[in-house]
Amino acid sequence: MPSDSVLRLVWIYPDLLSTYGDQGNVLVLEQRARRRGIPVETVHVRSADPVPESGDIYLIGGGEDRPQILAAQRLRRDGGLHRAIARGAAMLAVCAGYQIMGSVFGGEEGQPVDGIGLLDIASGRGAGRAVGELVAETDPALGVPTLTGFENHMGVTRLGPGVRPLSRTVVGTGNGDGTEGCYAGKVVGTYLHGPALARNPGLADLLLTWATGAQPAPIDDVWFERLRQERLAATLPRA
Amino acid sequence: MSQLPLRAQLASALGRTAATLSRATGRGDGSVIGGRVGLALEPDLLRKLAQDRRLALVSATNGKTTTTRLITSALQELGDVATNAFGANMPAGHVSALSSAKDAPYGVLEVDEKYLPEVIDTTGAGVVVLMNLSRDQMDRAAEIWLLAQKWRRALAGRNTHVIANADDPLVTWGASTAPSVTWVSAGQPWKEDSWCCPECGGPLDRKGLDYVPPGGHVSGVVGPATQDENDWACRECSFRRPQPSWILDGETAIDPRGRRWPLDIQLPGRANRANAVIALATAEAFGLPVERALPRLREVTSVAGRYTTVEREGRHARLLLAKNPAGWLEAFDVLDPTLPVILSVNAQGPDGRDTSWLWDVDYRVLRGRPVYVTGERKFDLALRLEVADVPFQLMGSFAQALAAQPPGKVDVIANYTAFQQIRSEFGRAV
Repeated sequence: MPSDSVLRLVWIYPDLLSTYGDQGNVLVLEQRARRRGIPVETVHVRSADPVPESGDIYLIGGGEDRPQILAAQRLRRDGGLHRAIARGAAMLAVCAGYQIMGSVFGGEEGQPVDGIGLLDIASGRGAGRAVGELVAETDPALGVPTLTGFENHMGVTRLGPGVRPLSRTVVGTGNGDGTEGCYAGKVVGTYLHGPALARNPGLADLLLTWATGAQPAPIDDVWFERLRQERLAATLPRA
Repeated sequence: MSQLPLRAQLASALGRTAATLSRATGRGDGSVIGGRVGLALEPDLLRKLAQDRRLALVSATNGKTTTTRLITSALQELGDVATNAFGANMPAGHVSALSSAKDAPYGVLEVDEKYLPEVIDTTGAGVVVLMNLSRDQMDRAAEIWLLAQKWRRALAGRNTHVIANADDPLVTWGASTAPSVTWVSAGQPWKEDSWCCPECGGPLDRKGLDYVPPGGHVSGVVGPATQDENDWACRECSFRRPQPSWILDGETAIDPRGRRWPLDIQLPGRANRANAVIALATAEAFGLPVERALPRLREVTSVAGRYTTVEREGRHARLLLAKNPAGWLEAFDVLDPTLPVILSVNAQGPDGRDTSWLWDVDYRVLRGRPVYVTGERKFDLALRLEVADVPFQLMGSFAQALAAQPPGKVDVIANYTAFQQIRSEFGRAV
């Protein structure tokens, strides 16, 4: 992204996948970019419309089984997101949106449904629902502090050799094998739903770094930090 | 009702005793424990208690308690009405409500959305009232499309008359398997859960209203929508809004004969005018004409503490309950824009332990007025307001927030347990 131009955020299918405050991720990215003087333009792409290829950061959220299947079908047919990622755009995929990025995920009755193949992962249905606060230690290579958030899903996700785990869980279920989320290139996926970036401004800044090619300047994070500290203290077992 | 078999009579009586004990020992209002005791002794008690009564079941995501109260007030024109006035909306609460008014020929029961199919089946209720469905407490509640699908199955082929909000596509879909439906245009300010067709998944089009992104329902002023804006149709299949026979038009109800009735109710806000029109349509299904029902609706001033005012040292705080994004949107419509507002949010079990819904609420409408933030999840709310550029002050408790006000009026919006905490500290006056 050239330094004088606008940061383009593309929110994919809020009409299908925006069940858990997913708008929060868009709002946090907008706010953190603007506070650094970066102008932002956000496009909401409804599922009947084509996905533009010219975005800098793409976001896709969580949702119910049926909209998840519809979203996967439409993204495959549309192809815009694939072209954008091939071009080097960044993406945050959350929960149902995360599962869609893989080769396969579990449908309404647990049947395998084809994903869109942007991440080397395969998901299915777990035995029970994972609901609750999650804490995970992030891959040190990313320079992002401890992840905190809320998960609510039945998915189990197996990571292939083409991706790295985003984090290792301390509290919570995540992918189901002691890891939570994954990343490859500039694409990151997570089960931390809804406002994952509100709880993890470091992850928001990682996406901004990927999109702008520069480390964003420090900003006043007092309210982000107070929420993080309160949630981590409430969730982590007492020493 | 006096024809209950001996076992059911005994179960019902013991349940009432347990309820009385619960109240006397200060453990609760008794509406759940009494029903549990009764159900444990006689599992078929609800069916037996429901027999030989004319029953209406009321379900929705928002407005259940208030609408139940409005319909109850109206039907009292006709005779005694059994009702679960305190929101105990699962089968134990229904048993308790019906056994404490054994001889009432009418019953109006608020029913939890998930339990509705079971309660329809058990009670064989003649009338079912469905208002709205939207995202709510996703960490424990069922997904709403699945809920609507269960409603469809429960209503199919059953001799039940449904009163339903035609402006809510998911409610319309949930109700449309019923053999007879009275469609009411009661409005739907919160549209974020219905941009897609519940029947086929295609895009829903709304006349005169392009797609509004979530959070883009700006202004927060839920002014009267035009009939065109309430209309919707699927672009890809034949599913579309049915023609409503009752219409909420601003402050006025229009009945099926086209007569206009200024509502003039005391409960504030658009959502309550919507609840009132639904109540009028339900009353008519019981044979009660508008001219007799409407004066009864106008007598209702506060429902289970909602809209009531608590006072301490000259500060008069009006309490509004909002449990989910659609509820907050309707609560903003009730706020007095000249007053400061105190917001209190918890995330206990009944609230849902997940606060991510805060990001679905458009708080920008609060810019320009003093905002005070409290509650067990005040940091979640504080960050949400910070990102929305809404200045606020963080307070350690509701009492502190109230004491920080100049003497006079203040509005309060709280979610469920935060609201109950304020009521128990400042009095449960209804």
